[in-house]
Amino acid sequence: MPAESNTSAWIYGLLAEFESPRALLQATRSAYQAGYRRMDAYSPYPVEGLAEALGMYHTRLSVIVLIGGIVGAAGGFFMQYYASVISYPIIVGGKPYFSWPAFIPVTFELAILGAAIAAILGLFGLSGLPMPYHPVFNVESFSQASRNRFFLAIEAEDPNFDLEETRDFLERLEPIEVSEVNR
Amino acid sequence: MGSEMEQDRRSPVLEPGYTFASVTDKISSIVLTTRTPRYWWIGFAISFLITMVLLASITYLLIRGVGIWGINIPVGWGFAIINFVWWIGIGHAGTLISAILLLLRQEWRTSINRFAEAMTLFAVANAALFPLLHLGRPWLFYYLFPYPNTMALWPQFRSPLVWDVFAVTTYGLVSLLFWYVGMIPDLATLRDRAGSFFGRISYGFLAMGWRGSARHWHRYQKAYFLLAALATPLVVSVHSIVGLDFAVSVIPGWHATIFPPYFVAGAIFSGFAMVMTIAIPLRAAYSLEDFITMRHLDNMAKVMLAMGLIVAYGYLMENFMAWYSGEEAEMFIYIFRFTGFYSPVYWGLLTLNVLVPQLLWFRRVRSSVLLLWIVSILVNVGMWIERFIIVVTSLSRDFLPSSWANYLPTFWDWSTFIGTLGLFFALIFLFIRFLPVISIFEMRELVAEQEEHAS
Repeated sequence: MPAESNTSAWIYGLLAEFESPRALLQATRSAYQAGYRRMDAYSPYPVEGLAEALGMYHTRLSVIVLIGGIVGAAGGFFMQYYASVISYPIIVGGKPYFSWPAFIPVTFELAILGAAIAAILGLFGLSGLPMPYHPVFNVESFSQASRNRFFLAIEAEDPNFDLEETRDFLERLEPIEVSEVNR
Repeated sequence: MGSEMEQDRRSPVLEPGYTFASVTDKISSIVLTTRTPRYWWIGFAISFLITMVLLASITYLLIRGVGIWGINIPVGWGFAIINFVWWIGIGHAGTLISAILLLLRQEWRTSINRFAEAMTLFAVANAALFPLLHLGRPWLFYYLFPYPNTMALWPQFRSPLVWDVFAVTTYGLVSLLFWYVGMIPDLATLRDRAGSFFGRISYGFLAMGWRGSARHWHRYQKAYFLLAALATPLVVSVHSIVGLDFAVSVIPGWHATIFPPYFVAGAIFSGFAMVMTIAIPLRAAYSLEDFITMRHLDNMAKVMLAMGLIVAYGYLMENFMAWYSGEEAEMFIYIFRFTGFYSPVYWGLLTLNVLVPQLLWFRRVRSSVLLLWIVSILVNVGMWIERFIIVVTSLSRDFLPSSWANYLPTFWDWSTFIGTLGLFFALIFLFIRFLPVISIFEMRELVAEQEEHAS
């Protein structure tokens, strides 16, 4: 067995498989209490409280969406201003060049468009998707993570990670199985 | 307490006895393992043939121009605009079900939102086709967008028709994003279950490496809720702007402030009718009665009834305001609708959109699948006729009797319209065959909730 210091060179971490969302939630909380931080929990549907159990309370997504919306609205409004007042001023229906109430619908639509695109890009960007390869998929039973099984992965990069000790710790949480995840 | 007992008497949102594994297997098997049923082939073949009719009609249109349609002066809008408004209205129920009901935490939306969203997307695609074809020179469609050009021209931003370009484009894109993001976890499920190499690669590609991480779920739910919150005002704005296409002009019968809200209600009315038209055969064909239960059909019927009443109120108010205005041309157009050249169509509209939906007051009608299906198809027809009446009667009888003329659709009007029906159903058939028609991960959530209540 290689020295402990370069375990993480060949192993991604340990993956424990659980039967129920409750078991996963409890296991995640125990692991967090035991001091593990570089870990992730996998479930076939969003389990309430799981992200919090991993120590994740906030996401910057809302701010990103807000910025996207503001950029869309401001860009849309000033585009119309530029077009109707500066670049191509023309009188239509006796309205002034800067007939701002008529610019509101397009401003609104572009605000929504900007916010929606920001939401998608934010979701993908913050989550690191698309990701064509990820080590957890090397574990055969992980295909059940999209069906009815719940997984907890403790990564080898965690400072508290020790192949033997962490395996013992996970075994005590009564999983169905603990497997090594190769890189 | 009383409401809890009430709850028990209704059919459940999901029949009991399902587990995470069984909902997953049942829904993914439609795509992955079930042998493609014969009626799928027949249905797809017919709708594909009709799509070819659309292709032929468009080809002939590009060769000869819009003169092949029945449009004339004064009735310049004709079928193209009727169909545009009809299709985009149908799309709205999908967004309503997926976004507004999500925000209101109506869990009965879960098993119908996916295909309702697909319906939205395909309906918007069909809708967008019509104004482009109506342009006369559709290949110059990009003139509608503000882009730096050597002609130094800009779109006319004070026109509702330009607002429409932005509204429909945004609506199409946001619907696509919402639909796709909602499907990513299910695409991952299909990737993990797919037997064939091609299946694994294509679902894997579309799933983007989704692995169900709790951190991802956390952001995912946030993003999904925000998209729903954005789509909700969007859907209202889109059909309001479609209403303004008419209301901002001064044509008799169009120049009314009630148009935007009345258009939105009409859109939801026809959209729910279309969801029902598709859901009823779908649940029978793939034995999804446990997922799309009588509760869903009952609720949709109630929404239809409510929207039908708002639409009926719209008709009443239109007539009242015309009389109250004392304006000759305004008053004339409503008398013309009841008694003039198009009066059989108008009476048909009142029958299909006002009388027929009243059947939905009766529990016996709401619990009969066949009757619901018939009512929903009649409402679809009725709402199409409504747009016909709005577009055609007003244009054919404006202020100057010297410019009056009747409009009658030609063969090519009909073939283009029927062709888009073919395209719509062909896309629906492809969707049913290749993508999960019901959101699998949200069904797992329902199972989890059911288990929690049981324990």
